[in-house]
Amino acid sequence: MNPAPAATKSQGIVRLEIPARAEWVAVARLAVAAVASRQRFSVDDIEDIKLAIAESCTNAIQHGTPDGTIEIQCEVSSEGIVLTVRDRGQGPPLEAVSEERIGELGRTEELGVFLIRALMDSVEYTSDPREGTQLVMIKRVSS
Amino acid sequence: MDIKVNVRESEGDAYVVDLTGEIDVYTSPKVKDAITELIDKEHYNLVINLEKVRYIDSTGLGVLIGGLKRVREHGGSVNLVCTNPQIKKIFDITGLVKIFGIFDDEQSAMKALA
Repeated sequence: MNPAPAATKSQGIVRLEIPARAEWVAVARLAVAAVASRQRFSVDDIEDIKLAIAESCTNAIQHGTPDGTIEIQCEVSSEGIVLTVRDRGQGPPLEAVSEERIGELGRTEELGVFLIRALMDSVEYTSDPREGTQLVMIKRVSS
Repeated sequence: MDIKVNVRESEGDAYVVDLTGEIDVYTSPKVKDAITELIDKEHYNLVINLEKVRYIDSTGLGVLIGGLKRVREHGGSVNLVCTNPQIKKIFDITGLVKIFGIFDDEQSAMKALA
């Protein structure tokens, strides 16, 4: 699977691979925040990006990755940032979850999906039994 | 990254859980353990103080929801103290503002338990 191309000319790509374990999620969160802070994002937008990347990693951990790693790619462009999260596991289908169901079910998995979709401008999800799961999220710089 | 958990008895049979730090997939089990222990000891009126929490993710929200569900089975309640705008935003967009009492200070959260 190839990462989705940035909408505009790339200003740089940072790749990170972390062990698919809970204690490493904070490292991914902080590293991606550092990359995002090089772009003209507001503090609130960077917090959104941190949460989205953490939820993506948490999903990967909760659904298991056979090789035990999560690959993260951050591509910065003038318009924003494209985050690609890949693992070898079979993640859950990222269905739209309604706000009403969150309080009823309180399922962490669905909360995570809901947050990713709410905080990022674009979310694309693909899952393949051989290649694993890929989540591509875009956050655009507010004009 | 860590979370500090401090549990203290307050007015009546209410307990306050002070949390300091970041609540994520790594640290949320510690928060869950503290809340579970209180509920197992039949303390069903809780105030969870998030004033010093800098970050919370879905696993943290899940722990709070799980606690709320358990205390409600016994006629209890969980009120939250939260002043961090980013964390308030997470409760807003998930709609959890509708199921939790969220207050700006501990006194108000305690008063609402009564």
